[in-house]
Amino acid sequence: MIPSLPRPAWLRAATALYVAAFLGFLFLPLIVVSVFAFNDAPYPAPPWHGFTLDWFFANDPTGRLGMFHDDELMHSIWTSCKVGIWVTLLSVLVGLVNALLLERHEFRGKQALSILMLVPLVIPGVILGISILAFASQIAQFLNDHFDLYVRFLRPGLPLVVLGQFSYIATIATLTLRARLSRFDRTLEDAALNLGASNAATFRTILLPYLRPALIGTAMMAFLLSFADFNTTLMLVGGNPPLTVLMYGRMHEGATPVLNAVSVFLMAGSALLAIALMRRGPRRASA
Amino acid sequence: MNQPDLTAQSVVKRFGDHVAVDSISFEVARGSFFSILGPSGCGKTTLLRMIAGFLEPDGGEIAIGGRTMRGVAPNRRPVNMVFQQLALFPMMSVGENVEFGLARRGVARTERRNKAGAMLERVGLAGAAAKRVDELSGGQRQRVAIARSLVLEPTLLLLDEPLGALDLKLREHMKIELKQLQAEFGTTFVYITHDQSEALVLSDHVGVMNHGRFEQIGTPQDLYYRPRTPFVAGFVGDSNRLTGRATDVAGDRVRVDTGDGWTVEARREGAVADGDAVEVFVRPEAATLSRAGESGSAPHEGTVESLLFDGAKSAVLLRERRSRREVRVALPQTGEFADLRTGEPIAFRFDAARAVCFRVRSDRDG
Amino acid sequence: MADAAAAPMSGAGWRKALLMSPALAWLALLIVLPHAELAVLSFREQAGLRHYVPSLSHYREFFHEPEYWHTFVRTAWMSIVATFATLCLAFPIAWVIAKIARGRAAAWLFLACMIPFWISETVRTLGWMILLRETGVLPAVLVKLGIVAHPVELLYHDTTIMVGLIYNSMLFMIVPLVSSLESLDNALIEAAYDLGANGLTVLRKIVIPHAAPGITAGCIIVFMLTLGDYITPTLLGGKDSGWFTEQIYTEFITRFDWGQGAAFGFLLLVLSTLIVIAGLKLSGQRFGDVMGRT
Repeated sequence: MIPSLPRPAWLRAATALYVAAFLGFLFLPLIVVSVFAFNDAPYPAPPWHGFTLDWFFANDPTGRLGMFHDDELMHSIWTSCKVGIWVTLLSVLVGLVNALLLERHEFRGKQALSILMLVPLVIPGVILGISILAFASQIAQFLNDHFDLYVRFLRPGLPLVVLGQFSYIATIATLTLRARLSRFDRTLEDAALNLGASNAATFRTILLPYLRPALIGTAMMAFLLSFADFNTTLMLVGGNPPLTVLMYGRMHEGATPVLNAVSVFLMAGSALLAIALMRRGPRRASA
Repeated sequence: MNQPDLTAQSVVKRFGDHVAVDSISFEVARGSFFSILGPSGCGKTTLLRMIAGFLEPDGGEIAIGGRTMRGVAPNRRPVNMVFQQLALFPMMSVGENVEFGLARRGVARTERRNKAGAMLERVGLAGAAAKRVDELSGGQRQRVAIARSLVLEPTLLLLDEPLGALDLKLREHMKIELKQLQAEFGTTFVYITHDQSEALVLSDHVGVMNHGRFEQIGTPQDLYYRPRTPFVAGFVGDSNRLTGRATDVAGDRVRVDTGDGWTVEARREGAVADGDAVEVFVRPEAATLSRAGESGSAPHEGTVESLLFDGAKSAVLLRERRSRREVRVALPQTGEFADLRTGEPIAFRFDAARAVCFRVRSDRDG
Repeated sequence: MADAAAAPMSGAGWRKALLMSPALAWLALLIVLPHAELAVLSFREQAGLRHYVPSLSHYREFFHEPEYWHTFVRTAWMSIVATFATLCLAFPIAWVIAKIARGRAAAWLFLACMIPFWISETVRTLGWMILLRETGVLPAVLVKLGIVAHPVELLYHDTTIMVGLIYNSMLFMIVPLVSSLESLDNALIEAAYDLGANGLTVLRKIVIPHAAPGITAGCIIVFMLTLGDYITPTLLGGKDSGWFTEQIYTEFITRFDWGQGAAFGFLLLVLSTLIVIAGLKLSGQRFGDVMGRT
């Protein structure tokens, strides 16, 4: 119960114990992953064979190949980044437009539209993937049959991956930007207009600066979600796998500590992004 | 007087270094309306929460109905509370709110319903049982909160500034209603507030609290006419406060020299000796005005600084001629001074018996 | 909009249409039409070279082949169990964050709960594999402690999948729970207590009714994520512990039987929609309100 009510000692102790156990549960897998990135053994398993940075830097074509010399791996990271940047740009842009539309305009079917925008969140990613795959193939087939066109980007590959991820990340971007916009004090805009600013100037000098933290937060979140996406990507990917898909394949075959090294690298990257985001306002990160 | 419903003995509560409640003792007689009055941060909420059981005192003893409350959880005390924001359960209907405590006692459904219905009727909300809480007006919500507690027939009802959230007009109305409810039910009420008018209107007895202690406990009349400390004199009702030095102490009469050319006469409260630094409190209605230059002239003179028209509470702000100090004087209801103008010279006098003088406590005195 | 198109458009009308177009393109081209296509695929049968007829054969196949619907039921059931377990495990933590811990402590705890989710599911799953497999950390520790004589395989059990699913779901339960519990006025709890309630009654009568929207939101999200999960069941589960998403993948990508895959996809979609509706009905919530909270 709450602190203002009497809490017996056993309850306090049990609460503390539970929180500790819970934190252990949360962090144990991450700690283990990190530790074995530095183990001097060919498999990420105990016992400890001593410290090494081989899994990051080794460059022995016949033996150990650290992550920075594993071309396939490095290429997949670059692929993930490219996809992430496109998804981020598209999602933030569309999210902003949607937020403006829903917060500033009245039209018939607005309620239905705003509900429909939430729907992608409750569709499993795998199904988003296959439906877009099927639809794109259908169009490609149609163009091929009737116009004798071969449209490359409608076949499995990165453009479809971008669209697939965008299809649900746009929902999240819309939600967060709309939430921020709904708290905006519209009299500020009225004041700007009253002081002689044009519509465009008002948008640029009043609204955009107000939305800036939310835009940056949303962009970071979109990028992270895109980077981490697996389900939708798996269905749409061609021969050029992003990092998650590549890692999954390797884990199926039997992981080497190179994957741990990549994981440490990702954790460091995420941590940097998270810290940057937290400094802009701790609570926004959760949405 | 028979057994008091609430006794507190040397109750202490500390938060870190801060002593929120500093060894407080008092009693509340059965069936009476007791208010704890004090500015925010004086420790009154802490005291109330200790009585309710949401805080455990660090020292001392609280007894309710003659039974010590040490170690008794809030849900087992014969005490109920009306919360500041009322804390009506929004997930339940009005009837379910009133039935809540009865259900916890295992009272059967039909009996519960009857009791709750009867209670709602007594507070003037007959037939509201099926309504949702947010369908009620502010005053009605107030009554539900009280009904919800009183249906349990507690020994003591605690009220934590329940009128604070209401607008002024409704607050005036609810004040009267609360007093009538208390008289009708005869339950002992302990009421905390920072609003002196609420405390004066409602209570049989008021404890004025400051810095974790009671400055004075007494009837509203006591507090108003015979304040025992400068804090009470300043906090309860409006007062003009003058500082100066005692020049002539004779019995309970003191002459006070303000040090800038003005001398007033006042009644002494507590020990005051010649030469002591003192402060004098004079209520606006303890001063009377007269036209300057009229025969039987008043001893003090000044000019009208501004007129504060407020119906029955109208007053005039004067500037005393020699000291240039500001003095507030009530305008008589006769309309005699309705034609006063700003800048006009005016004479006035104090009733020395109603001007009260305290020695200023310096650090040296402790 | 029809009325806007009929009359000559004003400036505001144009702007509105312009603002609306990205949303319409997104929803039509990436959500509505693809799912229509999926439906069409699932309800037809090949009758000859590039010739199709409407048919229920793919759905008949699903009910005919025990492996298919067993996996389906299993996936649904384990998702429900995982959702419920996540709720039970997350609730005390959310309570501590929202009600017991103060200021910085609460913020730190909340942050700690979030950190693992900044990292992709593949990495988290890798961690569990290293922890649980026969040559992994936990079996080694168990041997060291003398609890078992030889390392045991902790991977590839249903329990392992469950642990992984709960782990992946935690944050999505905690966030809506915390926000709904934070909005609960402590005075309500005190008032209930003051009127004679005990801890259990307060939980049942005050806390749960108040937190119902948050609980529903959390459960819906977690259920969806679990049902649609792929990595965790395939990597942590055994060879014969199929997950329905895996079957969809197999039909679509490995066997290239899109009709059958589409039917599976549709069944999964129907199941998840039904569960979401049931959850909303059960707690008396509206979809928009619930999703708005997450």
